[in-house]
Amino acid sequence: MRGRWRGVKYDFDWSVLWSGESGGWLLQGILTTLEISALAWLLAVALGILSGAMRTVPFAPLRAIATFYVEFFRNVPILVWMFFWYFGVPPLLPHAIRDWLFNHGAEFWAGMFALGVYHGARMSEVIRSGIQSIPKTQFEASMAMGLTVWQAYWLVIVPVALRLIVPPATNESLNLLKNSSVALTISVAELTFQTRQIETYTAKAIEALTAGTLIYLVLCVSIAIIMARIERRFAIPGLIARVGAG
Amino acid sequence: MKNSTAIEFRQVNKWFGKLHVLRDFSLKIDPGEVVVVCGPSGSGKSTLIRCVNRLEPIQSGEIIVLGESITQPGVNLSSLRARVGIVFQSFNLFPHMTALENIMLAPVKVRGLTRDEAEKTARALLERVGIPEKANNYPANLSGGQQQRVAIARALAMQPAIMLFDEPTSALDPEMINEVLDVMTDLAKEGMTMIVITHEMGFAKRVARRIVFMDEGQVIEEGGPDSFFDAPKFDRTRQFLSKILSH
Repeated sequence: MRGRWRGVKYDFDWSVLWSGESGGWLLQGILTTLEISALAWLLAVALGILSGAMRTVPFAPLRAIATFYVEFFRNVPILVWMFFWYFGVPPLLPHAIRDWLFNHGAEFWAGMFALGVYHGARMSEVIRSGIQSIPKTQFEASMAMGLTVWQAYWLVIVPVALRLIVPPATNESLNLLKNSSVALTISVAELTFQTRQIETYTAKAIEALTAGTLIYLVLCVSIAIIMARIERRFAIPGLIARVGAG
Repeated sequence: MKNSTAIEFRQVNKWFGKLHVLRDFSLKIDPGEVVVVCGPSGSGKSTLIRCVNRLEPIQSGEIIVLGESITQPGVNLSSLRARVGIVFQSFNLFPHMTALENIMLAPVKVRGLTRDEAEKTARALLERVGIPEKANNYPANLSGGQQQRVAIARALAMQPAIMLFDEPTSALDPEMINEVLDVMTDLAKEGMTMIVITHEMGFAKRVARRIVFMDEGQVIEEGGPDSFFDAPKFDRTRQFLSKILSH
């Protein structure tokens, strides 16, 4: 295939995406992106629920800890966090753990923690806004029947809040997946890393970037569709008036 | 019941910031007694009953519930609240649970009943409040009157010795008020100790043993329904009654 724009000649060769080792690289990249994102997502959701809930409880010290976590981690760029977890944290660990890490993909775990802790801080705000949209009387009714604060959150407040925040939580989840590309800066061989590798080996930048773009698009749209189904499946009758999307 | 008094307020004072909501408030309620509390809005009625199960702390004085001072530090709040049920104006059912699940929650989580036991009790209670067929409905698919009856069943599921009602019919359409009052009347006949905040004076006349009129955090007047309605002693009571009985 040949193209000619304003006198610039470029020979398209899409076969670079599957010839040689490219196909394997791309596949590896997709798997690594999914792996690091899935683990980081679990961490982010756990930290987000915990700290988001803590910011609303009637004990000032817990609120302070959670506020510190959120403000500290969301206000530093994700790239800096990648460097922090990769270059900054391992030297602080005991020898044995450090050696084990560097033999078992330290960059992967550093990238995973960077993503999970950063997005946990952002997820926290999403969850807090969900909790704060629930009338205070729900908490009172839980207390009045003898539940502990922990039970009230675990059985009533958080389950309702999670159902309310599916759309913004989807947003945040997609951001997390896309931000996993920043992990290439600490040599995690994820999708963007692999497309750049193909570009380096074949000098076919447009093909490689097109492949990367389409793959991210397909991954993200798939996640959005799954989340829309979850939203419908768990919608509370009457509380969520209409479920759009999808 | 071994205690001669179910609830006793001794010189209770409560402030919200600078607002003095309860002023040296004293009142005794016997076991099995039904007391209707009325008064203008802002008179401290809601705060009064919310203090009984410690949803609100007080700043001075003492409240004794079923022989135990509940305003001391170190009170077991869960066991207190299990013995004192409360029904709110806005029902406050949990929207993500069916009627049955709403009723079963506290018996399973607080009293430690098995799910089977709790479900049996819950179904019996729904029968008692007249809506056994609504067991699997979510709150949003129930009328206001039905929601309030589920809320009463939910409170009863803990087998409380005392029931508190905070304007239980104020948020209801007129045609639903009686279905809720009927359930409360039955409860009173069975000997439940009740404090009811309401402006349903028909209910007060029929069911209450005593009516307490409150204003500005104090008892202005109290008495049996006959003397209270037919021969109120104080001007403020008369003014209040003329306002709420005229419509």
